[in-house]
Amino acid sequence: MTFSPELEARFAKLLEIYPPGRTRSAVVPMLLYAQDEVGHISAELVEEVARRCQVKPLQVDEVVGYYSMLHRKPLGKCHVQVCTNISCLILGAEELYEHASKTLGIGNKEVTPDGQFSLEEVECMGACSWAPAIQLNYDFHHHVTPEKLDQLLAEVRKAH
Amino acid sequence: MLYNEPSPLEVKILTKRFGLANSESLDTYLATDGYKAFLKAVEMTPEQIIEEVKASALRGRGGAGFPTGLKWSFVPRTSPKPKYVIINADESEPGTCKDRLLMENDPHQLIEGILIAGRAVDSHKGYIYIRGEYRYLIEAMDRAIAEAYSRGYLGKNIRGTGFDFDLYTHTGAGAYECGEETALLDSIEGKRGIPRMKPPFPAVVGAWQSPTLLSNVETFSAIPAIIRDGGAAFAALGPAKNGGTRLVCLSGHINKPGVYELPVGFNLLRMIYEVGGGMRNGKKLKAVVPGGSSCPLLKADECDISMDFDSLAKAKSMLGSGGTVVLDEDTCMVKFAQRIMKFYAHESCGWCIPCREGTNWLKKTLDRFHSGAGQKSDIPLIGELSKNMLGRTYCALGDAAAMPTISIVEKFPEDFEAHLNGKPCPYEHSTELAMA
Ligand SMILES: Cc1cc2nc3c(=O)[nH]c(=O)nc-3n(C[C@H](O)[C@H](O)[C@H](O)COP(=O)(O)O)c2cc1C
Ligand code: SF4
Ligand code: FES
Repeated sequence: MTFSPELEARFAKLLEIYPPGRTRSAVVPMLLYAQDEVGHISAELVEEVARRCQVKPLQVDEVVGYYSMLHRKPLGKCHVQVCTNISCLILGAEELYEHASKTLGIGNKEVTPDGQFSLEEVECMGACSWAPAIQLNYDFHHHVTPEKLDQLLAEVRKAH
Repeated sequence: MLYNEPSPLEVKILTKRFGLANSESLDTYLATDGYKAFLKAVEMTPEQIIEEVKASALRGRGGAGFPTGLKWSFVPRTSPKPKYVIINADESEPGTCKDRLLMENDPHQLIEGILIAGRAVDSHKGYIYIRGEYRYLIEAMDRAIAEAYSRGYLGKNIRGTGFDFDLYTHTGAGAYECGEETALLDSIEGKRGIPRMKPPFPAVVGAWQSPTLLSNVETFSAIPAIIRDGGAAFAALGPAKNGGTRLVCLSGHINKPGVYELPVGFNLLRMIYEVGGGMRNGKKLKAVVPGGSSCPLLKADECDISMDFDSLAKAKSMLGSGGTVVLDEDTCMVKFAQRIMKFYAHESCGWCIPCREGTNWLKKTLDRFHSGAGQKSDIPLIGELSKNMLGRTYCALGDAAAMPTISIVEKFPEDFEAHLNGKPCPYEHSTELAMA
């Protein structure tokens, strides 16, 4: 597989920073950084990461199922993650999640037909004091109301 | 970046640079006492550094509150293998959002704390394990690390002291369990995050089979102030055996939620009413999660309490990770328990049966109960199931699921009774009102 020069540089660094012979440590970071660039984790990517980290493909494959941010299928271009854990819950996160689901017309871990959005109900994202919180891809948004969510989604639609 | 107004009641030790222009830059750091503690530490013996940390009465900010100086002294003095320092920046305990601010606003304070730890335990390599969702912080820490390298505060022969240290970031990829120290070690080795049997403890056999000092971001961030101003000064800020300040993450039904640095032992009611601006919409206080979702809840009448490790333990709860969630009278405690259990059932790594099965049963029971299909016999059953998990698991996640649940059924039976006989949740519309 070919990757951008930035990602190649990142990979090269990952293979250097762990103790000698411990390149397996680079597996999870490599998968996540690669997923950010290519969209999801294909069988081909598993093979590629295994080759680069000098481990068995199975050793890469088994972590893909374990970590919730690693995905075997493409997500939407904008992945909408709504935290419904305790601090967000008590300030209306379930209503916010329902609103997102209705507006986007998709359920948990689904993708809109045009591939623009995907939705996920997620656990605490470390924004509890500014709840309810969401992440659009990696970007945090705090004190989100249904109206604010509509605005954010409209901005994403306009940008594409 | 500041996400909330500071409070005049704060005692700003770890957060003293928050809000300064370019607080994250090395120049700002150097202009405000930065790296002085490290230069002082290289003049001290490792034993003297550890004694100073012991004198500070600093206790781990990751949740368990273990005395930090003691932990440092467990790392073997000599080792044929290299030793590692690992910084736990997995920050996933529901209710907790402070490590994020420490890395964002003052990354060099963290780096300096790590350097001092490295010097004390004779380690020359560190890894900051940052949860994957905090991508912007991985970039921010990488920038700070690069700046430190470029100016000689990391790398070989740091500032001419003869001390070498390399520091790297490592990303997680979504798993609460990887915050548990031994699961984190497996995770950083490129495996699924499954806890290891203890002993041996990480201090002796940790990452890559080597001695490893592992602590929370806030714990390391407190070190520069301790070495610079002395352990005794830090200890004096809190009650006996509970030194210093803590970044308290206040959230929930209060007027001014936010992260505030307060002395350990600050009164909880004052936190809510004076620092947090009181209850929203003049509602009555119902309960508080004192330090993250793993802690037993306190009822309103238990909240006149000093927020230190020992007082909370006496009240059969925990100070935990500093995530203080305040609940008002309109909160459905059945719903609250249900959401907590949903989290632990989702995050259980499945290694031990009491946790894997117990969290799932409890989740199903609480789901059913909240939907109105619960029976009176379910109420003691929820408590019993939880108690059967206590102390019977590999790691503390099983306990973390059981403890808040037991406290909720025992302290709020009337909320459970109110859902019996197919009655709809009496609090059903309260969160919608909270949003409006
Ligand atoms: C399930 C579970 C999750 C944990 N998550 C975290 C975490 O996200 N961050 C953290 O610092 N400690 C977490 N801990 C505590 C760590 O195991 C460990 O005690 C801590 O990082 C030690 O640092 P300290 O001495 O500074 O407290 C968790 C523990 C358990 C059982
Ligand atoms: S208690 Fe739960 S999370 Fe911890 S090892 Fe057992 S199954 Fe895994
Ligand atoms: S509970 Fe939602 S961000 Fe912490």
